[in-house]
Amino acid sequence: MKKALATSATALAIIGLGITLTGCGHQSTANGEKTKSTTHTVALVTDGGGIDDKSFNQSAWEGMKAWGKEHGLSKGVHGYNYAQSTSNSDFAPNINKLIKANYKTIFGIGFNLQQTVSDAAQANPKTNFAIVDAVVPNRKNVASATFQTEQSSYLAGVATALSTKTNRVGFIGGQKSAVISTFQAGFTEGVHAVNPKIKVDVKYAGSFTAPDKGQSLATAMYNNQEDVIMTAAGGTGNGVFTAAKNLAKDGKKVWVIGADRDQKSDGAYKGGNVTLTSTIKNVGSAVEDLSNRAMKDQFPGGEVLKYNLKNHGVDISRDGLSAQTWQKVQAAKEAIISGKTKVSDTVK
Amino acid sequence: MKTARLWNIWIPTFAILAGLLIGAFIMVIFGYNPVDNYLSMFQGAFGDINSWGATLSDMTPLIFTALGFSIADSAGFFNIGSPGQALVGWLAAVWFALANSSLPGWLLIPGALLMGGVAGALLSGLAGVLRAYFGTNEVISTIMLNYVALYVVNYLVQTQLAIHHNDYSKTIPAAARLRTPFLEQLTRNSTFSYGFFMALAAAIIIFIVMRFSRIGFEIRAVGLNPTGAAYLGINSKAVIIRSMALSGFLSGLGGAINGLGNYENITVSSALPTIGFNGMAVSLLAGGNPLGILPAALLFSGLSIGGLNMSVVSNTPPEIVNVIIPTIIFFVGCNYAIRYLLNHQIWRKRAADHPAEAAQTTTFKREVD
Repeated sequence: MKKALATSATALAIIGLGITLTGCGHQSTANGEKTKSTTHTVALVTDGGGIDDKSFNQSAWEGMKAWGKEHGLSKGVHGYNYAQSTSNSDFAPNINKLIKANYKTIFGIGFNLQQTVSDAAQANPKTNFAIVDAVVPNRKNVASATFQTEQSSYLAGVATALSTKTNRVGFIGGQKSAVISTFQAGFTEGVHAVNPKIKVDVKYAGSFTAPDKGQSLATAMYNNQEDVIMTAAGGTGNGVFTAAKNLAKDGKKVWVIGADRDQKSDGAYKGGNVTLTSTIKNVGSAVEDLSNRAMKDQFPGGEVLKYNLKNHGVDISRDGLSAQTWQKVQAAKEAIISGKTKVSDTVK
Repeated sequence: MKTARLWNIWIPTFAILAGLLIGAFIMVIFGYNPVDNYLSMFQGAFGDINSWGATLSDMTPLIFTALGFSIADSAGFFNIGSPGQALVGWLAAVWFALANSSLPGWLLIPGALLMGGVAGALLSGLAGVLRAYFGTNEVISTIMLNYVALYVVNYLVQTQLAIHHNDYSKTIPAAARLRTPFLEQLTRNSTFSYGFFMALAAAIIIFIVMRFSRIGFEIRAVGLNPTGAAYLGINSKAVIIRSMALSGFLSGLGGAINGLGNYENITVSSALPTIGFNGMAVSLLAGGNPLGILPAALLFSGLSIGGLNMSVVSNTPPEIVNVIIPTIIFFVGCNYAIRYLLNHQIWRKRAADHPAEAAQTTTFKREVD
């Protein structure tokens, strides 16, 4: 009972402080009202990873920062901002707090936020919402941004098939999910389009934040004569780069294919670079694009936007590809854009 | 006695203030305004009805997982499995709700909650059986079962519940919702649900069960001294299994209420739900007392919900907030250390100043300890 008393006292103290402080809090929240309220404000909610995840949260935030810079805005309630979620239970409070802080357009980065965005959009019809990697149906104020990453992965597969010496290649995914499956499907299809005899070894680390697992998986795969590994594993992919660099320093010829951003700089080591190419998922330019459209009052609410090779929503970087391979990749890219090649987004 | 009570209020307050002070210090070092940030933190947690809704909604599953942990703890077992138990409870409840969407709400909600609780109980009961009959260390078995739960649930969500290659299930039918339009209007669209009242009721029920019922007595007896309990004629194997199952039932219920009240669907998750681990911290903070869990959970959720506001209304990065909040919790958590230090200080001083009072202080000391 004493312990209970002690903790109740703790809580009472907190609430007491809360009440007294909120009572006099009005002056201090108004500390930025010099800026005019006509500017458009945007904010994003991360899906659990930070904005420095070297993957799509980071890409989204970079896009938002670029947008802010373009319009001379600064980070904060009168410009652009991000709310980090440490767990799924932070989604709804984060969105509600952004709404209360009057951000006009709110981005949910990642399929995990689908339900929360849908609910919030229904309750706040005047705010624009966007969801990345998922579709929110029947909401006129939600734009759903999906990425046809199977297309860029197909190109990575083509590049891989043309670069492998051992005819054994690997794929390391983060969490097994529909979004990551599009990478796997496109990659496998691309490899087999060039040479059906190449063996594709698919492994999942089960996490987007386990570089140690990525490293041990990759080391095992490289030792198994697989000389190119494609990653679609967020932070886990960093471990694949570490493994490749360690082996490359010992003189072994191995490659990594980066994901989401151009990961050329992550593959650099003294004496070379292990990045063969990177599949680029331009979440950042989608964020920038949608923010701009929202600013001009042309927000595509209710629409499902498909970002693909044609509209540069996804792409592939040249990095370590030879001129000859790059040429063939470009040809394959043209074929997809013109519709001659159709890439499936599901694993067969 | 009176002094002891006073100290019981003063020490946690002191602990919180010390935590806030260190937090402020961190903010000053990195060039952010601590006064503004603390104001927005308190406003974010308790500033208006929507914030209250979010805070109470956030503490709801914590109460359940903390209660679950405290029961196993009273029996002397460290049930680390509440994240996994909450996750299977969440799955079972959402699954039941989706599969029986034609049922009326008065059947659907209890059915789904029961399924969630039972799923959690089965998982923890397994660890209980292993402990009772094979002496398997429950810490190891529950940790490992957490991973089993995570990957099995992800597999089932993907293969059974997900709609066309997505990573999330359909939304539960309206009849199964624990949030109602009334509550949403009242709390201006927070995720506050009727689950909160269930959590309050659960805390009171568990308090009564542990204090006054036979099973509560048996659990505590086994926890204090398993051999002694056996001499009292208590079947310790049965008590181990029962306490673990009850513990898992509550964690599963927490997950179920989280699913029906907060998320209204289930997604593929890359990590175990945080309500499990935070629930353990809440329970330890409350010293395992079912009623003490309520304010401890409020403290936890208030800090986490309020903390979100700090970075939303200013340009303080969330990373700084994520350093400050645990700092405060750390100080609250170590209030026993503060108590210990203060006691010794006072005792020594009094003994030196007024030898006559020393005897009295010794009683006070024992009282506090």
